[in-house]
Amino acid sequence: MTWFLNNLPLIFELTLDHLRLSAIPIVLGFLISLPIGRYAANGTRSGRFLLSFVGILYTVPSLALFVILPPLLGIGFLSELNVIIALTIYAAAIMVRSAKDAFESIPTELLLSADAIGYDRREKFFRVELPAAGPVLLAGLRVVSVSTISLVTVGALVGVQSLGYLFTDGFQRKIAAEILTGVFGTMALALLIDYLLVLIGAKLLPWDKLQRESRRQGV
Amino acid sequence: MEIIIDALIWLIDPENWIGEGSVPQRIYEHLLFSFGAILVAAVFALPIGYLIGHTGRGQQFVVGLSGATRALPSFGLILALALFLGVSQREQAAIISLSLLAFAPLLSGAYAGVQAISSETILSARAQGMTEWQLFFKVELPLSLGILFGAVRNASLQVIATATLISYVGLGGLGYEIIQGIPLRRYDQMIGSALVVAFLALAIDWLLSKLQKLATPKGVYQFVGTN
Repeated sequence: MTWFLNNLPLIFELTLDHLRLSAIPIVLGFLISLPIGRYAANGTRSGRFLLSFVGILYTVPSLALFVILPPLLGIGFLSELNVIIALTIYAAAIMVRSAKDAFESIPTELLLSADAIGYDRREKFFRVELPAAGPVLLAGLRVVSVSTISLVTVGALVGVQSLGYLFTDGFQRKIAAEILTGVFGTMALALLIDYLLVLIGAKLLPWDKLQRESRRQGV
Repeated sequence: MEIIIDALIWLIDPENWIGEGSVPQRIYEHLLFSFGAILVAAVFALPIGYLIGHTGRGQQFVVGLSGATRALPSFGLILALALFLGVSQREQAAIISLSLLAFAPLLSGAYAGVQAISSETILSARAQGMTEWQLFFKVELPLSLGILFGAVRNASLQVIATATLISYVGLGGLGYEIIQGIPLRRYDQMIGSALVVAFLALAIDWLLSKLQKLATPKGVYQFVGTN
């Protein structure tokens, strides 16, 4: 506890770094996954191929990606960009599968009604498909956000600052309190963002709650 | 591109394939800890998961637990446990941390596998007069295997990826050359090892996907699909 209290400025600074390093990949990964997931949801051969390619990206361990990317992209080893790009790839890899499931979960009747109203493809996507896919997309986004926030800590190994710095520094200096501060700090951050996502979801997707309640009542 | 070629040259160098610290030995260490952890996780997760699936009680526990363990940063956990348990017990520290990673997916997999069985199937089995144990061994277990193996694949991917971090506490594995190469900027050994881990993860996933197909009863295969 004394270690925690004596190092509040450092912890605060690392938390901010951590937040920045995770927020960008989460948002970017989400945005990238939407068109890919929508495309793959049609069940075409190229869609399936795209999905298995993205699945392969997910199998590359994060540490491996952190060391492969800098020479490949010509960016600095210690550059935050390295961790941000690697984690965006991961976030997109996890999210694409959820996005595909989300777009496939839309009832055909709903899509047909949108056609019947005379929506063009853009209107149909933004006014019908995206809102209807919302609840499943949100569930996927929550998984992505929690795992991204946890993975940011591995960046400490290549020298990119986050709460993960407390792991390596605490281990080398044999200060258990420092490592635990990092562990609990990362978890707290993950749960906080998760809670925020649920709140945003409730605000943006009021029909999700309605749907669930009507299902419970057997309507 | 030059760096990738350097990595390939490092990979085919015979010196890296024999003796102490060679690639095969690193693969062995990597798989030993990964499978050990998955086995430990399975021993605890499967009975609990099947119990929840069979009785239909405690679903909230599954949801809450899988959320909480996903938020747990494994890297920090390995280091914290290694420090607490001491250098002599860092193997246990690594196995515990990695198995916690596999615990939630396996538990949810066992539970979801049973949940996915239609209630008509369960009711018909009961109507035939099956006991609880017969119901479990003859109906629930075989029908759940497809989904369970999906969960095993997911857990293996995560554990094998995270096992690259155990070399930070001196346990070897394929992360050894990566972590050791970082301060030295030895891109050839780092990228070479990174390629081996990625290949290993893919190979294990492919192997498990074959097992998944074998384990899924023919009758349910059309519903489960190839996922």
